[in-house]
Amino acid sequence: MPEFYELQINGSAHDVHDAWLGESLLYVLRERLGFTGTKSACEEGECGSCSVLVDDVLVCACLALAGSATGKTVTTVEGLAATGTPSDVQQAFVTAGAVQCGFCTPGLIVAAHALLTESPEATGQEIREALSGNVCRCTGYGRILEAVAAAARARLAAGAGSIDDRGET
Amino acid sequence: MAVVIPIDLDAAMRAASAAPDALILAGGTDVMVEVNAGQRRRALDSDTVIVLDRVRELRRWSHDPERRTVTLGAGVTYTELMTEPLASLLPALAEASRTVGSPQIRNAGTIGGNLATCSPAGDTLPVLAALDADVHLASLNGERTLPVGQFMLGVKTTALTRGELIVGVTAPVLRGAQGYAKVGVRNAMVIAIASACVIVDEDCRDVRIALGSVAPTIIRCPDAERHAAANLDWDRGRATPGVAAEIGERAAADARPIDDHRSTAAYRSRAVALLVGRLVRRGFPDA
Repeated sequence: MPEFYELQINGSAHDVHDAWLGESLLYVLRERLGFTGTKSACEEGECGSCSVLVDDVLVCACLALAGSATGKTVTTVEGLAATGTPSDVQQAFVTAGAVQCGFCTPGLIVAAHALLTESPEATGQEIREALSGNVCRCTGYGRILEAVAAAARARLAAGAGSIDDRGET
Repeated sequence: MAVVIPIDLDAAMRAASAAPDALILAGGTDVMVEVNAGQRRRALDSDTVIVLDRVRELRRWSHDPERRTVTLGAGVTYTELMTEPLASLLPALAEASRTVGSPQIRNAGTIGGNLATCSPAGDTLPVLAALDADVHLASLNGERTLPVGQFMLGVKTTALTRGELIVGVTAPVLRGAQGYAKVGVRNAMVIAIASACVIVDEDCRDVRIALGSVAPTIIRCPDAERHAAANLDWDRGRATPGVAAEIGERAAADARPIDDHRSTAAYRSRAVALLVGRLVRRGFPDA
């Protein structure tokens, strides 16, 4: 049994030392490596607060075994844009007033990025279905859906697919 | 505890043979819930986890146009099942996959994992049962293939033996309407309170009906299937509402639902009768 394993997170290598190998990616991100943007709530895949990208695929970090993510690339909300320069999706959330308590917001931002990378022309129902795994108990979702639709429209207007929204941490 | 990450089937089988009590991790969407809740901790502390998501043979699928079958590797995800061309080859499986969890869950969860968990509410399982799919198993001792009806033995109980892995599943590509429907409290993130799959085989003029969440495991409904084959208007592709409703009632008569924290037996019986009737009418509009 190795005394540490390595995870690639937001473009950098991070060693995880002295961990129990049954820990979820969510636990390792937050409690061992300090990536607290990824939120912990239900720990059973129901709420989407811990949404991250693993090899560019949207998953719940609570349902990924951290040790099984070695050799893959993990992108958390911190990896979507450089501090102080919000991504288009993050700015759209601010502009639309899509944030209330803010707990669900990182997961929603990651899910919205995954959607708009895959389907830059997403509208109405497609946005709703794409965000159906992210629970918000404050807003009633209206402004969240508005924000994502606005980000999609802005991307389309700017030329779909030409925007690289990945920043650095 | 050790985490083993094989990249091919041979390595996976060797790992499973070396540690026959290992926890097998496919998409993790069932297993990690139990791990997080601490239910697996004691087992995990001393044991091995075999992670299957990089086993290349399990990630593939293939279409055999001559035999009119599709063979899915056990690691094919729900998201992949919803994507063309698979979605058109096996439409009911795509429809069932779309009802699973959320995008996050569908990106991780696999058809092999659904089979291995063998929940009575597993969404792809009624479809595989109605398709008379074959499940392929392998271990270092050899390969074997079982009809899915003989693979699923009961609540979270399968025919898998120690050291054996699910390699994939083969299902027929059929001509005719097919669909899956389920009842839950909302569209996303719902474990089926009751579910049904209806598959029409126009070439053989028969109908296959399977139900989920109304028995210890998935059930087929032979009486309803015979009634459907004999009473649907095959030449015109129509059915009277009465015939569709009767097929639904006969299917519900085969159900053995229970009361539990999600629903009641009475509600489940009523729900499957309506779901089957609706799915039949989708394929055979009102005469």
